[in-house]
Amino acid sequence: MTAPLPKTLTGDPAAPVALRAEGLGKAYGPITVLSDITLDIVAGEVHAIIGENGAGKSTLMKLLSAHVQPSLGHLSMAGQRVDFPDAVAAEEAGVVLVHQEILLAPDLTVAQNLYLGRELGGWLGVDDHRMDARTTEVLASIGAHCGPRDRVSDLPLAQRQLVQIARALLDDRKVVIFDEPTAVLANDEVAALLDVVRGLRDRGVAVLYISHRLDEVEALADRVTVLRDGRMIGTWAGHDLSQRQMAELMVGRELEMLYPPKRPPVTAAPILVVSDLEVDHGAVHAGLTLHPGEVLGIGGMIGSGRTELFEGLMGLRPAHAGRITMAGQDITRRSVRDWMAAGLVYLTEDRKGKGLLLDEPMARNLTLQALDNVHPGFVTKARNEMALLERSVAEYDIRVRSLGLEAGQLSGGNQQKLLLAKVMLVDPQVIIIDEPTRGIDIGNKSQIYDFIDSLVRAGKAVIVVSSELPELVGLSDRVLVMRMGRIVAELHGDRITEQNVVFAATSTEAGDQRETVANQTRQEEP
Amino acid sequence: MTSATSTRATPEPGRRIRWADMGPFLALALVIVIGTLINSNFVSGTNIANVVTRSAFIAIIAVGATFVISSGCLDLSVGSMMAFVTGIMILTMNRLEPSMGANAILVGAAVGLVVGAACGLLNGLIVTLGKIEPFIVTLGTMGIFRALITWLSDGGSIPIARELRDPYRPVYFGNLFGVPLPVVITLIVVLAGAFILYRTKYGRRCMAAGSNSDVARFSGVSVAWVRTLAYVIQGLCVAIAAICYIPRLGAATPTTGALWELQVITAVVIGGTLLRGGKARIWGTVAGALILEVIANLMVMSNFVSEYLVAAVQGVIIILAMLAHRFIR
Repeated sequence: MTAPLPKTLTGDPAAPVALRAEGLGKAYGPITVLSDITLDIVAGEVHAIIGENGAGKSTLMKLLSAHVQPSLGHLSMAGQRVDFPDAVAAEEAGVVLVHQEILLAPDLTVAQNLYLGRELGGWLGVDDHRMDARTTEVLASIGAHCGPRDRVSDLPLAQRQLVQIARALLDDRKVVIFDEPTAVLANDEVAALLDVVRGLRDRGVAVLYISHRLDEVEALADRVTVLRDGRMIGTWAGHDLSQRQMAELMVGRELEMLYPPKRPPVTAAPILVVSDLEVDHGAVHAGLTLHPGEVLGIGGMIGSGRTELFEGLMGLRPAHAGRITMAGQDITRRSVRDWMAAGLVYLTEDRKGKGLLLDEPMARNLTLQALDNVHPGFVTKARNEMALLERSVAEYDIRVRSLGLEAGQLSGGNQQKLLLAKVMLVDPQVIIIDEPTRGIDIGNKSQIYDFIDSLVRAGKAVIVVSSELPELVGLSDRVLVMRMGRIVAELHGDRITEQNVVFAATSTEAGDQRETVANQTRQEEP
Repeated sequence: MTSATSTRATPEPGRRIRWADMGPFLALALVIVIGTLINSNFVSGTNIANVVTRSAFIAIIAVGATFVISSGCLDLSVGSMMAFVTGIMILTMNRLEPSMGANAILVGAAVGLVVGAACGLLNGLIVTLGKIEPFIVTLGTMGIFRALITWLSDGGSIPIARELRDPYRPVYFGNLFGVPLPVVITLIVVLAGAFILYRTKYGRRCMAAGSNSDVARFSGVSVAWVRTLAYVIQGLCVAIAAICYIPRLGAATPTTGALWELQVITAVVIGGTLLRGGKARIWGTVAGALILEVIANLMVMSNFVSEYLVAAVQGVIIILAMLAHRFIR
């Protein structure tokens, strides 16, 4: 910790509390995702909730807006306990959640969307005049530049976001909850949105604001509550906390002894060099170098463009410009097959959607990518595949009752190992693994870490893209951090800490501390 | 995450019989039993041979459709394509007959295969390069092929030259060791189809593309190439069906192959192939084609139901097959 933490705030009896959570908790079966949250949301204040991915922020918001029912504790408004049976009841009481995803019917007009399901009018007809008038009023109040008759699909993303907010504000609200409202917005649009939030606050609305971006939180929040691993760490006055302190509070846990020991620094010439890659709706000016014998970690929040960067690199989504060389050979603008032939493979983060054919047997999944290696001729030989499967099952410790099972019948950990076995069959030199251990248990995790370590010790190069900070820090020899489609920091050696990664991933201040390397000069936004 | 509790695997040699996979064959057996009970002539050798021979066209085309559908696409143009290929073949044969005699049939058949493959390629390229829904693309080419045959035949019919009738006749009416020739050809096509689909790398990639095109793409499979090739195979199957078809009626008309696309898709789907792709059942497709033809035959032979209701009964069959697929698993 760089500076002593200021005192946490406790209940202030004088504050006009709009909504109070008392001992709120949520469990799904035996798994507790959130416990013992006690929180005051005060009228005329912006209350920010921060935490890492998986800290329980989304669950908390859904509990507060009654999209999900609590397992423990309850809500109260104006000193009275309230039990909302569903989100509609919460909205009627004045508590509304503005969803992160844009949930609008694109072919309807702005006014039609605002009043969808609650149209004004008689028993048959609708009163467009009244709806348009009220829509115009609400849009003006939040500074939106569209009209009630504009079609939503014609609007830019930022305006759609405002329409979504307008929909939530159609009736007077006491509590408005924003779920990462700026995740999809560009910088100038963010500034406009922050003004909308301030406007609400000044009108006496209690605003709950969830964001990954600490600079926004610092600029906006009157109170900051930190969640970590489903628990509440505390609530602080916004002006008391620096961005660095917030990052430390979000992380604040010890590294487990789960990771293989770090390897000696690499000296070999780079095997993969990527420069100036532009991926549509993903990465800007991306460049990186990778050496044999190292694990390069890629950090950043979900939505920062990490997956997009590597899918673009692999030719799996539209990408432009850029130059990709592998072992000195220019492989720019080729197909996935060519990259596979050159020894470059990508393990998707979306195991079930893009990695495995869930209703096909394991053997077919195992050999799909390496069909040409497994069967040199035209014909497939079932016996070869079974022998390979037996070997892979042993080598990767895939634990199944029967080798005839379909991929979808395996546990997450076994699926991940099968996916690893599948891409390793093409004998790659560079392995890009997106979220290597998402949703799998600790035993399988450590096996996968050991496996990555053995690959690297055998002279291969591995890129690990991960949202799990301990994993990123524990595995990587070097870490690149992405924010908003850009690689904003490169961390080496002792500088690879969870705090530094979070700080670079969430804060614009981090731009000043970036360590650049020669081939990665990139422009940071003002 | 229950992996810790499960034990290490042992290879499992035999597979359990799945009732859902047996469905089409059981249904075929059921229809045949019912047929025997209704009319004892049904199981006579000549009637069986007749029914199987007549199902050959749908069966051959449906083998191609099994490829297209299992790769995640659809082809509505096969009926019209069949008429168009038939017309081109007859025109070619008639043109060449004066100089080549009966050999014109061979050249005409070869031209038919090329034209069929080209029609399939056209469908495939529009779908994959143009990135347009297969339904829409083949709805368009269905109209195009149908209009072309109508135009070529000037609204009437294109008969095959009298001199070619006799030498060509055995292809439909002849037999090999007592098995009607169209049945032999169907068998060859089905065996070839089953081999390609189940035993080759292409077949594997075809089903992967249909099962989940993202997984296929992320595994380095060129989904566009796989699908284009499926359409070419479909075109070749249509041409083979056309080769068998010409001696039967001796002419191409604007109504040749009308609505066959629906029968073909029905045969594929009641055969157990998933319409959304990914699971292909070549032998089930054959059973499906037979079921359709047997039912039509039974309705003609029996007096319970008017034969004008054949399409209605076939419609009921496809819905029942889908319901069975959903609930028996």
